[in-house]
Amino acid sequence: MGILEIKGVNKRFGGLQALGDVNLSIAENTVHAIIGPNGAGKSTLLNVLVGKLIPDSGSVMFDGQSILGRQPYEINQMGISRVFQTPEIFADLTVFENVMIPCFAKRDGAFRLHALGSVGHETDIHETAEAILEDVDMLEKRHMIASSLSRGDKRRLEMAMCLVQKPRLLLLDEPTAGMARADTNNTIDLLKEIKAKRDITMAIIEHDMHVVFSLAERITVLAQGTPLVEDTPENIKGHPKVREAYLGEAQV
Amino acid sequence: MFGMNRKDTILFVVVCVMVLLAPIFLNPFPTESAFSQFNAGYPALMQRFVIFGILVIGFNILFGLTGYLSFGHAAFLGVGSFAAVWMFKLLSYNIVPAIVLSVVVSGLFAVVIGYVSLRRSGIYFSILTLAFAQMMYSIAYSDLVGKILGFPITNGETGLQVYNDDPQFLLGNGPTTPHLFGWEMNGSVTWDIGGWSFVFHNGYYLAGLFMILSFYIAIRIFRSPFGLILRSIKSNQQRLNYMGVSTRPYMLTAFVISGMYAGLAGGLLASMDPLTGAERMFWTASGEIVIMSILGGVGTLIGPILGAGVIKYMENIISTINDTVVHGWFGFMPDGLEDFVVAIVHPFIGKGWHLTLGLVFMAVVIFLPGGLVELGQRIGAKFSRKKTTDVASSTKTPAE
Repeated sequence: MGILEIKGVNKRFGGLQALGDVNLSIAENTVHAIIGPNGAGKSTLLNVLVGKLIPDSGSVMFDGQSILGRQPYEINQMGISRVFQTPEIFADLTVFENVMIPCFAKRDGAFRLHALGSVGHETDIHETAEAILEDVDMLEKRHMIASSLSRGDKRRLEMAMCLVQKPRLLLLDEPTAGMARADTNNTIDLLKEIKAKRDITMAIIEHDMHVVFSLAERITVLAQGTPLVEDTPENIKGHPKVREAYLGEAQV
Repeated sequence: MFGMNRKDTILFVVVCVMVLLAPIFLNPFPTESAFSQFNAGYPALMQRFVIFGILVIGFNILFGLTGYLSFGHAAFLGVGSFAAVWMFKLLSYNIVPAIVLSVVVSGLFAVVIGYVSLRRSGIYFSILTLAFAQMMYSIAYSDLVGKILGFPITNGETGLQVYNDDPQFLLGNGPTTPHLFGWEMNGSVTWDIGGWSFVFHNGYYLAGLFMILSFYIAIRIFRSPFGLILRSIKSNQQRLNYMGVSTRPYMLTAFVISGMYAGLAGGLLASMDPLTGAERMFWTASGEIVIMSILGGVGTLIGPILGAGVIKYMENIISTINDTVVHGWFGFMPDGLEDFVVAIVHPFIGKGWHLTLGLVFMAVVIFLPGGLVELGQRIGAKFSRKKTTDVASSTKTPAE
């Protein structure tokens, strides 16, 4: 029984079957990659997992609880964090404020009227935020405005914002899309480091085979909205059906 | 001090001193001098400074922190005024029930209007708030509710005021003008010193104390975790949603707080002068609040108060300058030139004060996007740079 169990999920947009009978199980503490050619339904599946889309049928269970019909913030409170394709941060706040906000969300829940407290006096929040910035090596940049960070640092910051909430499942939507090779390798190292330091399950939706084969322990190949195969990276590399559907064009 | 950091405490103390001493330093010119018409230290105007100050402090909690531009905030001001005048009509001229009810009623209206309007963001939110405010204005102006109930509620075009045959159950032998447990709002003490005449007005000081309190609460909100979440809503609402924060209740709370501030301002306006009319809710009044905030500096603590002050000053001072006064100023010139200069100045004074305001507003938006606060910061930066270079050149030890 995995931490995330997707059973018989269907999603149709007009005449297009975006997801057709998707069954997928992600085991706890693994890095699970979901790959597939353009239009395979990767993004649709991700949007179902974060609560942006509700499937037409099927069930999605996280740790034994259904997430269907829940708002994105409720799903986050259950322990699922999401990293976006382009880093989504609070651009006009400082790095430190960026990290404090998820700390408050984790501690205070979805809403708490905390209008006469003082951010400056929240020592426990400060300690947690400092620790995570230390962790991703950004402590000396804490007073910078987030929009002035380099792209790689923005990615690091977003990662820190997700990790500080200690999620049980981290969803990564093409974390290296549009990056130069050096940046991609840095991101891979960062993710490896993150994984090595804590118990966390990661689901990576990715285009870049280099990233997938460097990180993933299990790989699911989606094609035309349906999982084609699920296996270890070694077996996926040589799988004839996968080559045919996907890797043939990608030249691995 | 009082849970504020050093910088905020200084700002707070400065505002307190300004409010307390305003009757003195807003009257810099002797009563008989030619410049006395530039004096702003008379009660009716000073009351407006602080009451509209409260209004924009509250507006800034919504617009400045979350970026949601409400274009119907005058509706809450109007609701507060009507609620207060009704308390005068039903109970007595004591302002305590009037102000309490004006804050409560405007808060209730804000819950309903906010709940509906906050389903949309950006321009759609602004249009929804504008639509609500205009509907409320129309209802008040035609006294629709009163027509249904059979007795006046807002009293339409005439406006609502207190009549001798109103119940006023608690009046007894109490004062017949608004008062705080007997301390009458229109009472004042006048100091005549030399050519000057300073008026210390009860109503002004009461409103001023409310502004100081409002300002203090606003500082606390700005520096609170709640304020940080509101600022992050302005920055990236989607990120916040995917971070486990339900933004809707935060927005609604901010909206209601700012509506209650507006209701307090409305209640105080009625307490200074116990009558009100629907025009207080008209959309131009809402627009004025937006202009005050932007002129002063959106999202800063002190900016909106400055903006309110500048606009109320222009509205009350520039509008009273007429051609005769200008002739007096330029009387030293040859006749033809004098008439020419007066003709040029004419469109900008008296009823033309809106034109002057428009030009000032354009200049601020173009050259000082951060409002008057940015002007202050730039001047401050210039001075501190000079100071540090002075120190460096005169002594060998570094400043600090």
